[in-house]
Amino acid sequence: MLFRRRHSDLPLAGDATSRFLPWLVALMVFLSSMAVAGAFVIGAVIERWDRDVSGTLTVQVLPAGGDHGDAVTEERVNSAIDVMRKVPGVLAVRAFDKKRTLALLEPWLGSTEMVQDMPLPRLIDVTIDPESRIDLAEVALRLSRAVPGASLDDHRIWLSRLINLSRTMQWLAVVVVVLIGAVTSATVVYATRTGMAVHHGIIEVLHLIGAHDDYIARQFADRAFALGIAGGLMGLGLAVPALTAIGWAARRLEGGFLPSLSLPVLGYIAIGLLPLLAALLAMLTARLTVHGTLAKLP
Amino acid sequence: MRHRPRGENIIRFDSVGLRYGLGPEVLQDVTFKLPAGSFHFLTGPSGAGKSSLLRLMYLGLRPTRGRVVLFDRDIAATKRYELPALRRRIGVVFQDFRLLDHMTALDNVALPLRVRGVKESEIRRHVPELLSWVGLADHLGAKPSTLSGGQKQRVAIARAVIGRPDLLLADEPTGNVDDHIAMRLMYLFEELNKLGTTIVVATHNELLVRRFAHLPRLHIEHGMVTTLHQEPAATDDPEAE
Repeated sequence: MLFRRRHSDLPLAGDATSRFLPWLVALMVFLSSMAVAGAFVIGAVIERWDRDVSGTLTVQVLPAGGDHGDAVTEERVNSAIDVMRKVPGVLAVRAFDKKRTLALLEPWLGSTEMVQDMPLPRLIDVTIDPESRIDLAEVALRLSRAVPGASLDDHRIWLSRLINLSRTMQWLAVVVVVLIGAVTSATVVYATRTGMAVHHGIIEVLHLIGAHDDYIARQFADRAFALGIAGGLMGLGLAVPALTAIGWAARRLEGGFLPSLSLPVLGYIAIGLLPLLAALLAMLTARLTVHGTLAKLP
Repeated sequence: MRHRPRGENIIRFDSVGLRYGLGPEVLQDVTFKLPAGSFHFLTGPSGAGKSSLLRLMYLGLRPTRGRVVLFDRDIAATKRYELPALRRRIGVVFQDFRLLDHMTALDNVALPLRVRGVKESEIRRHVPELLSWVGLADHLGAKPSTLSGGQKQRVAIARAVIGRPDLLLADEPTGNVDDHIAMRLMYLFEELNKLGTTIVVATHNELLVRRFAHLPRLHIEHGMVTTLHQEPAATDDPEAE
């Protein structure tokens, strides 16, 4: 055909970069998919932990010793319930019986037969208004003075550490994605410069007959986009079964103490957009690289 | 192509010097003017600096000193993004043609038009017409590798003139062709000159220069423009007289 609908003056399709760049982008998109999925799963877990505990407190009453230990303990539990009910902002107070306490221990200890006869601390679940501003330190002090062996266990103290750790991991995943993007960009810069060196003669002719820099840059950018989207889709094609397998394995691992490791919808959307983002990154990098190199010409 | 009054300067060099890197000056204190509508030979021995001077003229290089004024624009004061518009007013026939091997003759000639964003329908109309005019109507789809030296030269010339340039610069355009084709090319250039294009033909073919003795001659030797002949020979261009 003498005339092409969308011509490219530069024969970039035959370049060596056309062969390796899609595979590199595929690998980068695959790794990014893992990191993005990890970040979103951790985010979902943090959100659930946050939601689960933001409206609850736990009071722990240590078992009393002696012949009438159980009765004393029961009395202390009732006292602690009374103290907590009087705190403004408390919505409900409910003591766990021994059976429920054992059930809570089961995921950690396995069979609870061994500890059935041991004196166990009694737990009281306190539901508070999440909007209320309860001075927990003051309540804890009041409780410990009123009820011997009673202490206020604020989930938020230890959970906040867990959440901080999870958030660090989440940021780490984001940093990994940024690093992957930087490596992809660096590779596109190298590939584009190589392409420009290979086609130096053609570029010079285009330049001398009056082509604007962007006319030349667009051709490299179009090619980088096409290779990026092809590689990105390959990477996504590899990531989907891998994530499915990891999800399946995670569901099998889930126990009473492990939260559900499911990817939220936004995570699926983000991963689905990765090939497009990789292609746009490749396109933009190629365009800027060509502009930067051509700026050295007269 | 803009119609400029003959006699107005299309190029002016004032004390222009050029050196490559830290090497010696290959052009020294070059000063000359080319009036619009003129036709000059650029002569001189091999290595005298003809190609470097042409590269300065087609904005392939910037001088290391001196002043170049092209189409009334001081090149040193012209922004880089404005240079493509000036380059589009210049047609260049390179010594080695510089045809793009992966493209057909038609696509090679269409290149300056595509760079300008000319519609494909316009290209379809003009390019085959021009290639027919230079005798290559049967080679529209031929790749440069299948063309002879003379055919490549005509494709290169067609590419240089397709945009109807104000200034045509040809570097040794008759270097690879026999006398018959060389004469035909010179007549072609004269026709273009009559249409208003300012032409500079770099050559070291003394025979050719003598045959067209009526044309002024810009002579360069040891990097300096030493002679500017304006021989009052007969010309068939009444406006040039």
